[in-house]
Amino acid sequence: MIYDNEINISMSAVSQNEAFARVAAAAFVAPLDPLLNELTDIKTAVSEAVTNSIIHGYENKGGTVYLTFRSYGSEIIITVSDTGIGIEDVALAMTPQYTSRPEMERTGMGFTVMKEFMDHVQVTSVPGRGTTVELRKTIETQTNRAEHFFSMIREH
Amino acid sequence: MERKKNLIVKIQGDIDQHNAEEIRAKVDKEFERSRCRHMIFDFSGVSFMDSSGIGLLIGRYKSVTARGGTVAIANMNSDLGRIYNISGLKKIISSFDSLDQAEKQVENQAHA
Ligand SMILES: Nc1ncnc2c1ncn2[C@@H]1O[C@H](COP(=O)(O)OP(=O)(O)O)[C@@H](O)[C@H]1O
Ligand SMILES: [Mg+2]
Repeated sequence: MIYDNEINISMSAVSQNEAFARVAAAAFVAPLDPLLNELTDIKTAVSEAVTNSIIHGYENKGGTVYLTFRSYGSEIIITVSDTGIGIEDVALAMTPQYTSRPEMERTGMGFTVMKEFMDHVQVTSVPGRGTTVELRKTIETQTNRAEHFFSMIREH
Repeated sequence: MERKKNLIVKIQGDIDQHNAEEIRAKVDKEFERSRCRHMIFDFSGVSFMDSSGIGLLIGRYKSVTARGGTVAIANMNSDLGRIYNISGLKKIISSFDSLDQAEKQVENQAHA
């Protein structure tokens, strides 16, 4: 698949980079002219995935988190990867309120938030090798919004 | 001297895993020191929060209610509405349009 745009970032797995990842996601999506709530959704999902790589994948001991941002038309495809401990049971990990770190005041709601805020979430993980989370969302373009507006007028 | 009832916690900036740890340490220390009964988070300066913020709030809720107090949120930006609903936080901690309303509510609840 040929993407319209693609950006790759690798960053140290330190918590201060969570903010950088969100800003990078927002900057990548900006040319597609997203609505404010779409931007919030994407920033939140990226923040969740990056935080997971840092605190779960690398257990706060550091490493590298890889981010790719791709766009194809009005679809945004973001991947967040780590080469950390991986996930034994992905289905269990994605269960709402499941957390392996309750002592860190985690709530186990990260994947639930990602699923709710994005159109599509796919987790690929190999224990001992690492985890990749793919997040997809179609941005409602200006043209789509205008068409929606006119169809509403036509109905009246 | 009359004991203050409510600890008002005004948070400025994003709440993510990075900032949550710092906020947690400060809030817990101040709550201990002030010996307040209730805790109210003023969210007027918060424009972003992920599930780390949910964990932070639920953690404070547990320690405050264990001592017979309540926790409330005031001035939450509408951008945070979705995570507040989806995470289930809405069922645990009430959110009010102003600090005044939040203060009245926690005191009423405490007397009920
Ligand atoms: N990148 C990762 N590497 C290893 N384990 C992970 C990763 N992401 C998530 N997990 C596992 O999935 C669980 C659920 O994640 P999540 O829904 O974000 O909740 P939380 O982060 O609050 O624990 C985590 O507690 C952890 O066990
Ligand atoms: Mg998480």
